[in-house]
Amino acid sequence: MIWLVTGWPQALQLALTHLALSLPAIILSVLIALPLGVLANRRPQFGGALLSSAGLLYAIPALPLLIIVPALLGIPLRSPVTMVVVLTVYGFALLVRSVADAFGAVDQTVRRAAVAIGHSPRAVFWQVELPLAVPVILSGVRVVVVSTIGLVTIGALVGISSLGTLFTDGFQRGIVEEVLTGMVLTVVLAMLLDTVVVIAGRILTPWTRASRPGREKADRHLTASAEVHR
Amino acid sequence: MKPRIFAAALSAATVIVLSGCSTSAPLNTAGTNSKETFVVGSQDYYSNEIIAETYAQALEAAGYPVERQLRIGQREAYLPEIEAGQIDLVPEYTGPALQHWQPGTTARLADAVYADLQEAVPENLRVLEQSPATDQDAYVVTREFADRWNLTTIADLAKVTEPLTLGGNSEGETRPNGPRGLKDKYGVDVAFTPIEDGGGPLTVKALQDNDVQLAIIYTADPSIQKNDLVVLQDPEGLFLASNVVPVASDDINDEAATLINKISSVMTAKELIALNARSVDEKLPAATIAKDWLTAKSLI
Amino acid sequence: MTLVFETLAWLNDSARWAGSNGITQRLLEHLAVTAGVVLVGAAIALPVGITVGHTHRGRTVVAALAGAARAIPTLGLLTILGLALGIGLQAPVLALIVLAVPSLLAGAYAGVENVSPATVDAARASGMSELQIIVLVELPLAAPIILGGVRAATLQVVATATLAAYVADVGLGRYLYAGLKTRDYPQMLAGAVLLMILALLLELLLSAVQRAGRRVASPSGSQLPHHA
Repeated sequence: MIWLVTGWPQALQLALTHLALSLPAIILSVLIALPLGVLANRRPQFGGALLSSAGLLYAIPALPLLIIVPALLGIPLRSPVTMVVVLTVYGFALLVRSVADAFGAVDQTVRRAAVAIGHSPRAVFWQVELPLAVPVILSGVRVVVVSTIGLVTIGALVGISSLGTLFTDGFQRGIVEEVLTGMVLTVVLAMLLDTVVVIAGRILTPWTRASRPGREKADRHLTASAEVHR
Repeated sequence: MKPRIFAAALSAATVIVLSGCSTSAPLNTAGTNSKETFVVGSQDYYSNEIIAETYAQALEAAGYPVERQLRIGQREAYLPEIEAGQIDLVPEYTGPALQHWQPGTTARLADAVYADLQEAVPENLRVLEQSPATDQDAYVVTREFADRWNLTTIADLAKVTEPLTLGGNSEGETRPNGPRGLKDKYGVDVAFTPIEDGGGPLTVKALQDNDVQLAIIYTADPSIQKNDLVVLQDPEGLFLASNVVPVASDDINDEAATLINKISSVMTAKELIALNARSVDEKLPAATIAKDWLTAKSLI
Repeated sequence: MTLVFETLAWLNDSARWAGSNGITQRLLEHLAVTAGVVLVGAAIALPVGITVGHTHRGRTVVAALAGAARAIPTLGLLTILGLALGIGLQAPVLALIVLAVPSLLAGAYAGVENVSPATVDAARASGMSELQIIVLVELPLAAPIILGGVRAATLQVVATATLAAYVADVGLGRYLYAGLKTRDYPQMLAGAVLLMILALLLELLLSAVQRAGRRVASPSGSQLPHHA
């Protein structure tokens, strides 16, 4: 426990830096993957090509990408933008497939019912399809969250500060607690953000809490238009 | 319309978070401050980080704002950054630095190496005074191995009849004093296995487990004495003298240079080993070790 | 762009393909480590996952453990194991197995529990033993999803096996590290290209196997859609 006694401020600081790199990347991944995933679902041919490219993107190893991206964008290697861009690339590659699948899984009869009622295409998307797709999208976001937080640690190998720095420093000095602390903090961070996403999901999809008593009235109201024409 | 506003707000938040959490300052800002901010960097090596901290804290005590960019990577990674003006001050080692800028150099002893280094440094950089503290790359074997084959110098390795494997950082494989140098200067053939901990605990363990017979460990590493390892002597001068020397950009003014030179003159090889020992044994952060040392030496 | 040409030139140099640091050797090492890890991981994860899916018990616990295991940073685990076990393949292989198990586990229990209960009951009613049900009914029907787990695990392992080079002289990661540390970017990019090709080939192979699995699971293509 010796290291922890004096090392915890540094560990905490690195955890914050780690978070500051992960959050923008996760948000950007969602913002980019959503429209593209929807497009992939609507236009199957474009979709097939997009999803294959996404698979390819994910196969690019992280270290070389961390070197290529700054060279391409003309930014310093150890700038936070580099890491955020790289994380977003992977996050997008992971998420776009989930988004496409999510919209693909929306029951077509529900969609047609909504159109039949008289919803405009925009309303059909925002008020029917998107809410129904949210659960699957969110499970994709959870994967992106865990993957992103884990990936940030690799940056330590090219001098980008994060919890991964605890690994390389602990490695050099042979301080196991330092490495363990880094690992625990990484897992904790991932679990925390995962919980946030789950809670966000519950807020965004109140109808999935159907089995709870007292909720029935609200749920019936929300799903009525879909239920009636099934 | 709500989701659109939400998305817009998220984008704005992202931009704010990104700009607020920027950790690198590409250029020196000589703004309206009376003292400019210096950027102090260090190698991805805990010992180098301690030395960098001593520089940084001494400068801060003198009223200069300091930005730290510690643990950047190996020489091949941070020297381009200091050459490009992104970093103002970094602790270096005379020999390896000279070999980086002048690979074919024949200088071996401390003064010759330092003199050549002063010439070899690129236009917009300079080296301050070298410190008596040395942190030499060295070839190290276990006591048992040295006794078994009667080894005192690197040349003695030629006597060994079993296959030899050298363990060290990746960059050691292609550096002039790696396997190539062993072959050229001493006629010793070694296989190379990478161990990325900078001569740290994994390297020591590999030596003790006989996974490697020879390892590159730095002379300021406390593990040499602790594990009774033997440093092989280097009569052919495979390794250049390696004194701690600050490499500075043009932005370092004379007052700052004087401060740093004072630190350099006080630090000896023994002091450096002791500093490193504090890091590894007491597991203290570099900043604390630097502060204690500077205070003990009345430098701040 | 010169970097692209230099990388291609690096790959084209026939001398680089032979020898103990040669491309062929490194590719084979990388493939061997990946295959070994996925096989051992499957040997551990599949029985557990299948049991959980079949008995419909313990799913929450197992899912939570798999989720937590997914969050463990492989570099950190590798560092700790390296400090304990020294250089060589032991540490990376163990760390990679921990990486592979969650996907394999999830594929196994999700696949088996997704098999229509009616089918399982029918099999039970016709006198099959539990083991027969698992092997003759559930596994074939769950094959596509289980294979999906294998595919996901393999892709992750192949990409992360580059970390083995941190403590062992093995695999395509050597090109990445040596290139990174010495700023020999053509070498680094060449390693990346080779890795991507390997990953792509494995993807193609496993997706074909998964398609075959789908044909086994629903030969006439008439399997009713499940709500996952």
